[in-house]
Amino acid sequence: MGDSLTNTAGHFFVTGDPLIIASDVAIVLVSLGIVFTLTYFKKWKWLWREWLTTVDHKKIAIMYLISAILMLFRGGVDALLMRTQLALPNLGLLSAEHYDQIFTTHGTIMILFMAMPFIFAMFNAVVPLQIGARDVAFPYLNAISFWLFFFGALLFNISFVIGGSPDGGWTSYPPLTELQFDPGVGENYYLLGLSISGIGTIATGINFLATIIKMRAPGMTLMKMPLFTWAVLGTCIIILFVFPVLSVALALLLIDRLFGAHFFTMMYGGNPMQFVNLFWIWGHPEVYIAVLPAFGIYSEVVATFSQKKIFGYKSMVASIMAISIIGNLTWVHHFFTMGAGPAVNTFFSISTMAVAIPTGVKVFNWLMTMYRGRITLSLPMLWALAFIPAFAVAGATGVWLAEAPTDYQYHNTYFMVAHFHQALIGGVVFGMLAGMYYWWPKMFGFKLKEKFGKWAFWFFNIGFYVCFTPQYILGLMGMQRRMYTYTADMHWTALNFVSTIGAYLMGIGFLCIAAQIIHSLVHMEKDLTGDPWGGRTLEWSLPSPAPHYNFAVIPQISDRDEWWERKRRGEQDALKPRPEDIRDIHMPKNSGVPFLMGVCFFIAGFGFTFGWIAVGAAGLVGVLLCLAHRSLDQHPDHDIPADEIRRTEAALGRL
Amino acid sequence: MRPSWWKLAFTLAAGAGISLLTSGCGEEIRVFQPAGPVARSELELIWLQMGLTAVVILPVILLLAWIVIRYRNKPGNPAPYQPEFAESRTLEIIWWAIPIVIVGILGTVTWHKTYALAQSPSPSKEPLKIEVMSLNWKWLFFYPDQKIATVNYAEIPTDRPVEFLLTANAPMNAFWVPNLGGMQYTMPGMVTALWLQADKAGEYYGHGGNFTGPGFAQMQFRVVAKPQSDFDAWVRQVVNSAPDMTQADYDKLTQPGHLGELSFSSYPEGIFEKTVMDEGGMYMEHDRAMLGNMMPHS
Repeated sequence: MGDSLTNTAGHFFVTGDPLIIASDVAIVLVSLGIVFTLTYFKKWKWLWREWLTTVDHKKIAIMYLISAILMLFRGGVDALLMRTQLALPNLGLLSAEHYDQIFTTHGTIMILFMAMPFIFAMFNAVVPLQIGARDVAFPYLNAISFWLFFFGALLFNISFVIGGSPDGGWTSYPPLTELQFDPGVGENYYLLGLSISGIGTIATGINFLATIIKMRAPGMTLMKMPLFTWAVLGTCIIILFVFPVLSVALALLLIDRLFGAHFFTMMYGGNPMQFVNLFWIWGHPEVYIAVLPAFGIYSEVVATFSQKKIFGYKSMVASIMAISIIGNLTWVHHFFTMGAGPAVNTFFSISTMAVAIPTGVKVFNWLMTMYRGRITLSLPMLWALAFIPAFAVAGATGVWLAEAPTDYQYHNTYFMVAHFHQALIGGVVFGMLAGMYYWWPKMFGFKLKEKFGKWAFWFFNIGFYVCFTPQYILGLMGMQRRMYTYTADMHWTALNFVSTIGAYLMGIGFLCIAAQIIHSLVHMEKDLTGDPWGGRTLEWSLPSPAPHYNFAVIPQISDRDEWWERKRRGEQDALKPRPEDIRDIHMPKNSGVPFLMGVCFFIAGFGFTFGWIAVGAAGLVGVLLCLAHRSLDQHPDHDIPADEIRRTEAALGRL
Repeated sequence: MRPSWWKLAFTLAAGAGISLLTSGCGEEIRVFQPAGPVARSELELIWLQMGLTAVVILPVILLLAWIVIRYRNKPGNPAPYQPEFAESRTLEIIWWAIPIVIVGILGTVTWHKTYALAQSPSPSKEPLKIEVMSLNWKWLFFYPDQKIATVNYAEIPTDRPVEFLLTANAPMNAFWVPNLGGMQYTMPGMVTALWLQADKAGEYYGHGGNFTGPGFAQMQFRVVAKPQSDFDAWVRQVVNSAPDMTQADYDKLTQPGHLGELSFSSYPEGIFEKTVMDEGGMYMEHDRAMLGNMMPHS
């Protein structure tokens, strides 16, 4: 009995590898530290009332941002482990099995649990303020989205200490990921973690689409909308087209694994190629889901820090919409080599290259926005400027990869690895960092200090090129992705070593950002103006951070750069509320149910991961109860009395 | 602070440059060392795409540097400042047009090459047929006309097109010999085709191109190209000296693991087609059509 218990525990908890034991210890210590701190400072109630139950988009944005930065850390550690293993030939730091798990979690975390929450942090922090709304269209659903993301990510992340991580690659191609070749629970973690957070993502897409369509301030026609909001609109459209496809693909594979179906097995008429299609019908547009918001951020940042109107606004809008449509028609370029034939390959080569057209137009328009402007090199602008050469190169290599004949040589090699890291880091990460620095004062009420930020910028940027430039050549030399080691006679050593140095420089860059945040927290410099950068759009007309209800009185909009135009005409005060215009404001109540629903989903996911159908079903019953609670709730909202609003506004010096 | 930064950047760039040069002079950049018409045709397109995309990205980077230097927000900067300058139909037409033209050119070339590379590179010459099967974690080659088989290496005659018919008896992989041309997936229950040809005699590196689990990193193989007469001699040698492959030998090969290079003077008849059918091909019309002329019972 005792023996079998130890045995079960041995399978349940991953043991043996010193790296994992060290992580176990670290996790236990950090958790104890958090519990102790919260108890010692009597913060449990505060945590529950202010954060876990909030439906306020501004607080949800902060929770997304913290999650994204934590996941950037986790994914970054994975990356450094891989780069260390590959620094020299035949290293034994990681076994093949461990390396396979790490590249799988690195990719999955960076795309789904780092990039996605980061863009949602920006959506939440900015969109309602930018369009003059008091919250998103469905604040309660917004909280559900966050908690589904959070518990999906948690489920995925505990895999490496309980049960074992997935190891089939972030693309998770069957039949490798079917039971026949991959009997462990790791793949189930992947499928369930992504499914749960995917539901949240679809809800976010619906939420922001509705918000942007229905909740703009009077006078803000579509063609007066700020470009970041336009980019979010395009992103939401893509999310609604493609995330359900991912959900279906994951669900079918899960049914194969849990209940012995044959959607993607080789036998009994299953077809693994169908998963590859479904995966990339989501997977390629996912790149645009991540990069369009970054494009939106660049448009805001470049205009603000050049003190100039965005150049070619209509072209910019057309480009966003073109990308969000053409982006859905390119997925086959991920598997030209699967043998679909020359007609299919030609079509998808050209459709893929076509995406470069609107993207190129955007780059020229950003350049022309700066032309004859007045450029201030603050941190957000530095990251936006660094984006342009990085993305120009990534875009060029993207065009090369798009052409089927040459893709046959680049496919699945380090050339391709270098390309998509350059696109996703240079495009998305740079953009999210620019956005974080830009809107940080609006989100938190204080600015980040420049000192460590500049260090971070240079370390990260130099490291970025040192890391990925050699990888292009490694690919042309024949090095495949997902190789956990190589032999010295391949002559790949020098380039791999340089690449590893670059990765560590990027790691130092990340630590500098962490140092910058801590430094700025300790030596806090409050932003009392609400408009620290000389902003152009509506969010900068509000105090930092904005009050709970955002706008005491919803403003009337007449220009694209409303705030900038008001400032130019000396009419800033016209955007402040007049006491007689202030009315009671109808706002949603906080609720713990979205959090509990996330917990229930987590229980369900954990149960199904281990094939414990009863636990899984119990979790789903919990989800249904949460839904029922919401349906039967007669009073989900409340009124903030006008007097209270007048007092708040007066305290902010706005009356 | 600034000079030391530049020094660091310079040192790193120089280090990267030197390592590129030392590693890049030789033959190791295999995609740039084509040994046959397929790889050469692909390399031609690589040069074209490099040239045409450089037409856009170099001006962009130079323009960016010039604009950032000229329009810095410094007191007394004499450069013009026009905060309302936000539209120019002419300029916008120019940069909608440039990428459209480039994509048009590249698209046309891609179209031609994609169709060309799906055919034999030398249609007038009689092709050699080789059936390739990826296993966990090794490569198995069958020569249906010579009735021999090899593991983890293949020999081919020079100046003669080779049609590789690809399948897998394991998770999906890809067959890649960069000096000879691009890769194609090997999939269980399916047959894909890849045309390659070697002009130059030599030994070429090949590797699996799609991850198939823990043994993937060692899925390397050699392709040896030699004149037809030498190739024939090699076939005779294999026929005369190598052992037969029995069904039991084949079953053992399909078990996960690594092996060195092996040669077999014969193999169970129809084993390639049978594997394709057994691993799922029986459900696919495409495979039945592809294998139609080889299948005794179809």
